[in-house]
Amino acid sequence: MVQEAMTGAEIVLKALVDQGVEVIFGYPGGAVLPLYDELFKQNKLRHVLVRHEQAALHAAEGYARSTGKVGCVLVTSGPGATNAVTGLLDAMCDSVPLVCLCGQVPTHLIGNDAFQEADTTGITRPCTKHNYLVKDVNKLARVVHEAFYVARTGRPGPVVIDLPKDVLVTRGEYVGPAKVKHKSYKPQVKADPKLVEQMAEMLSQAKRPIFYIGGGVVNSGPAASQLLTQFIHTTGYPCTQTLMGLGAFPGSDPQSLGMVGMHGTYESNMAMHGSDLMICIGARFDDRVTGRLNAFAPNSKKIHVDIDPSSINKNVAVDLAVIGDVAHVLEDLTKIWKAKQYRADEKALKVWWAQIEQWRAKDCLRFVQSNKVIKPQHAIKRIYELTRGHDTYFTTEVGQHQMWAAQFLKFEEPNRWMTSGGLGTMGYGLPAAMGVQLAHPDSLVIDISGEASVQMNIQELSTLCQYQLPVKIFILNNQYMGMVRQWQELLHGGRYSQSYSEALPDFVKLADAYGAVGFRVDQVGDLDGAIEEMIKLKRTVIVDCRVDSSENCFPMIPSGAAHNEMLLGPSDEADKPVSEDGMVLV
Amino acid sequence: MSNFNEDTVRRHTIAILVDNEAGVLARVIGLFSGRGYNIESLTVAEVDPREQLSRITIVTSGTPMVIEQIKAQLRRLVPVHKVSDLTVEGPSVSRELALVKVSSIGEKRVESLRIADIFRARVVDSTNESFVFEIVGATEKLDAFVNLMEPLGLVDVSRTGVAAIARGPNPI
Repeated sequence: MVQEAMTGAEIVLKALVDQGVEVIFGYPGGAVLPLYDELFKQNKLRHVLVRHEQAALHAAEGYARSTGKVGCVLVTSGPGATNAVTGLLDAMCDSVPLVCLCGQVPTHLIGNDAFQEADTTGITRPCTKHNYLVKDVNKLARVVHEAFYVARTGRPGPVVIDLPKDVLVTRGEYVGPAKVKHKSYKPQVKADPKLVEQMAEMLSQAKRPIFYIGGGVVNSGPAASQLLTQFIHTTGYPCTQTLMGLGAFPGSDPQSLGMVGMHGTYESNMAMHGSDLMICIGARFDDRVTGRLNAFAPNSKKIHVDIDPSSINKNVAVDLAVIGDVAHVLEDLTKIWKAKQYRADEKALKVWWAQIEQWRAKDCLRFVQSNKVIKPQHAIKRIYELTRGHDTYFTTEVGQHQMWAAQFLKFEEPNRWMTSGGLGTMGYGLPAAMGVQLAHPDSLVIDISGEASVQMNIQELSTLCQYQLPVKIFILNNQYMGMVRQWQELLHGGRYSQSYSEALPDFVKLADAYGAVGFRVDQVGDLDGAIEEMIKLKRTVIVDCRVDSSENCFPMIPSGAAHNEMLLGPSDEADKPVSEDGMVLV
Repeated sequence: MSNFNEDTVRRHTIAILVDNEAGVLARVIGLFSGRGYNIESLTVAEVDPREQLSRITIVTSGTPMVIEQIKAQLRRLVPVHKVSDLTVEGPSVSRELALVKVSSIGEKRVESLRIADIFRARVVDSTNESFVFEIVGATEKLDAFVNLMEPLGLVDVSRTGVAAIARGPNPI
């Protein structure tokens, strides 16, 4: 069949539409003008114009993580591509499926230090799952389809396609997305049944088990969360979640111990430390989770379920590795558990839960309420309580506010919580919220923010207003880069080097200048009213919430310490000084 | 797993079958440098022009846990078809080629030729005051030859790095 030849730009857009892309976040420039010209002529794809390329990536991440679809980005060559790098690595670290189209100088100029030229494939190689430079227009369609396939399958991640300008204007052949069969890339979805059987047996013999679940469960899709929740209910075992795994198991479920790790709950970390069987599902033994490695859960056998074989035995050697997609593994596990009529050891489990309840009774998230100044924890608690019953999505920036949000917000289902975990990118939350709101126009989308982080992508207020996206930006303003200040207090003798937020803008006026609504709250008694007002307004809102500037985030495993050496509060600090080894850790 | 608790650093020869496309070698090398693995030797060439496959042979060293990680990370690269650890997956043959330039006259020149003969090295270039020897063999043999040439006027060495293949009838 002879197909009418299309230009490269037409091919790209047709491939995107055939891949089901509805929204593309981008910023035009010389090298991508042919694509923008095609965008102009059509109405199937909605283009959202950001104000900085980094924000396009985070917006696409928010879009992808709240929908489970692949996020799509279009940027120009040179600075467009280099501005995208942070967002690409952020998506890489948190396994978010993205396809980023980058303009490139024409093929005959590549390598000539041409205007706005960058070695985009070279620069993005270590921060993408895969990247392509397309020099032949006849390979273009296939590459775009393959890019989407690579981005969303296996352990998801960002994929870059570098598009020289001449390829975009040359005519070539289009092929449809009909099953991309990749020769070498074949992620393993179904696990070895023998290993799952072994897993079931180990689970049935555990005396002090704990499920430690992460973002992989969310990435596997809502079915994975359901299957996992059912299985955990069947066993009666406790479950702790990583920062990325919040919502994969219902946060208010009595079997949920909350978050694990550096700022996780006391009961989670103590249960990890004291367990005799750890079942890690879709998590990766990150250093924020494990604390000091040689003291990490010393007496537990460990099972690790992951779709990415390179996550196995990377930081922690495990006793049983099950490679496969979480949903598939859990389906098989549930069947085997039923077929073999396995039962949890009720007697042992009762003792284990009694111990966990003792840890829980420490009430590690307690804070001293004040009626003079708003405590940041209290503000987040009230946001949680006042948004219950709403169809709410949360994003965060990075720092103390992020950890408090992780501690005090509870998520009953996956895809509701968007935060920068692996890379810890300040400035993530505002643009991510933008992407979430575009995907869910009628939902309540709140960016829990700090006054320092929010300024890293504050220009996106302009985008929010242009597209009338009613994102709520709730700034916990303590006039410090709070987490930096906390570490300086703990590790550097309270010398607050460069962590004070001086010359802050007036956020109320700033909101006004962009065409958003802004208000300030600094009295405890006004807090609820402000939150309710924020929820009610169907516009972009900034709330400048002035909070206690000296509050620290507890509990905390200081760097270089083990799970059972947690600091529960300020009074604990003096007894447990940070070790010299810990000083050099991040 | 008990063997992962071993701290012994061992040398491994890893064979990797990859798509022969632009940037694939950079992906492999970037992985090693980015994650702090060391490369003792690396060779690469196309081995299947029809399927456009290249074979990379890397000699690296690490603890069992690090070697496992290297292989898993390599398999994660999209254009990688196969990764085979020749050091642990049964017996294998490995060879390296070196061109060794020795510049000397008189007794030293005669002696270098005599040693070359013992090592079955061939003379591929000769002037009145120099030889270029070609020698093929295991890495250790080449090391020994180069060491012996040192006092005899060794001026230049070019080595290919290790090429290796499993013994027996089966492909990688």
